[in-house]
Amino acid sequence: MVAVPLIRVAGLVRVFGAQRVLDGVDLDVTAGEAVALLGPNGAGKTTLLKIVATLLRPTRGTATVAGYDCVRDAEAARAVLGVAGHGTHLYEDLTARENLAFWARLRGRPADAEALAAVLADVDLERHADVRVRTFSAGMRRRLALARLELTQPRVLLLDEPFAGLDQRARKWLEARLEAFKAAGGALLMATHSFGRELGVSDRLAILAGGRVALDTPRAGLDPQDVQRLYAAHTEDAS
Amino acid sequence: MAWKDLVIERRSKETLNALLFFSLALLFVFQFALGPDRERLASALPGLLWLGFILSGVLGLGRAFLVERENDCWEALLLAPGDKSAIYLGKLAGSLVLMTVVETLVLGLFVVFFDVDLGRALPGLLLVIGLGTVGIAAVGTLFAAMTAQVRARELLFPVLLLPVLVPVLLGTVKATEALLLQEPLAAVAHWLKLLAAADVVYLAVGILTFDVILEG
Repeated sequence: MVAVPLIRVAGLVRVFGAQRVLDGVDLDVTAGEAVALLGPNGAGKTTLLKIVATLLRPTRGTATVAGYDCVRDAEAARAVLGVAGHGTHLYEDLTARENLAFWARLRGRPADAEALAAVLADVDLERHADVRVRTFSAGMRRRLALARLELTQPRVLLLDEPFAGLDQRARKWLEARLEAFKAAGGALLMATHSFGRELGVSDRLAILAGGRVALDTPRAGLDPQDVQRLYAAHTEDAS
Repeated sequence: MAWKDLVIERRSKETLNALLFFSLALLFVFQFALGPDRERLASALPGLLWLGFILSGVLGLGRAFLVERENDCWEALLLAPGDKSAIYLGKLAGSLVLMTVVETLVLGLFVVFFDVDLGRALPGLLLVIGLGTVGIAAVGTLFAAMTAQVRARELLFPVLLLPVLVPVLLGTVKATEALLLQEPLAAVAHWLKLLAAADVVYLAVGILTFDVILEG
């Protein structure tokens, strides 16, 4: 049986002024699968994530999430999406607990004390639950932003540099959460610049170069040096 | 949304402090400009009172969406599924509470600074202020959202807002003038109807168009 993709991108083109950032991108991510998007700065990784996240309209082509078109059925797509971009989506003058409660309520999710405490404990922030985010370190903010996603239980995760700013312990925690997310049938698309152990959670690597997917390959069997070699070969070809 | 905005404002006090100092400075300027001449004061007071309300309102409303720019919270609001007009109404409620606090203080200071006897006019005046504030906040919240992502928002926001507020300014100033001259509420009924109609139109436009504005 062929798995139905939870994310499907077909012939995606995005033009900013005279610059063609995406030039016919095709990519599928099925349930239970994680795809890592690699590419140099300006390759269009964030643009692609923003289009799938319904935050940006494509110039041409289509993107669907769980079968919902990201332009025509954006509201339905948003209901199954979890997005963590460069911004943490946190209010500086609210506490960790208040931030989680606010976003959970806005998405119609339970925000009772028990649920919030469980999620905060999960990201090792229970001692900081009633402390304003303004005083948090970058790693703590990142963990809280990811906890926010956990609370809203999305089926599709779009992450931009999810491991940036995390210490070893938080990295391990995130890897475990993402593996659990995949095991539960979620689809994950993440942009990264890292060739190291962060790629361990991904099942496939997609290298973006020249506005297209220059390489889409299974990750199994590839060590960081192999990834580095493939990356160099495909991004140099494109430039 | 309103709860979140008010908690943030209570902790940061950024907008409230700025508005209070601004209003106080405005009152001092008016006091020096007009002097003790009672006749000049009587004719100028309604306009000055609303000038104070409008200017502090423009300052406060212009900041209403700045907190959403921090850490890309705007993006997360956009990604929240459901009716976006709830976000508009929440923002509006937060702005109304803030404006009411500032207007109460400005009105109190007006009475002290200019030795105004509100007396019988107070209930009617509160009604006019209530209707005017809803109108200013309704259209101000909408335009604040519209200009929040624009580079020249500090310039664009009042330029867009003030012409649209002409019916509210006209109704509030004329009704306030009549009420301060101890005229009965019935004498300003037509101005109250204009204000109520403006409020309904501004609210309806805000609720119906906020989704489109948020999506950009």
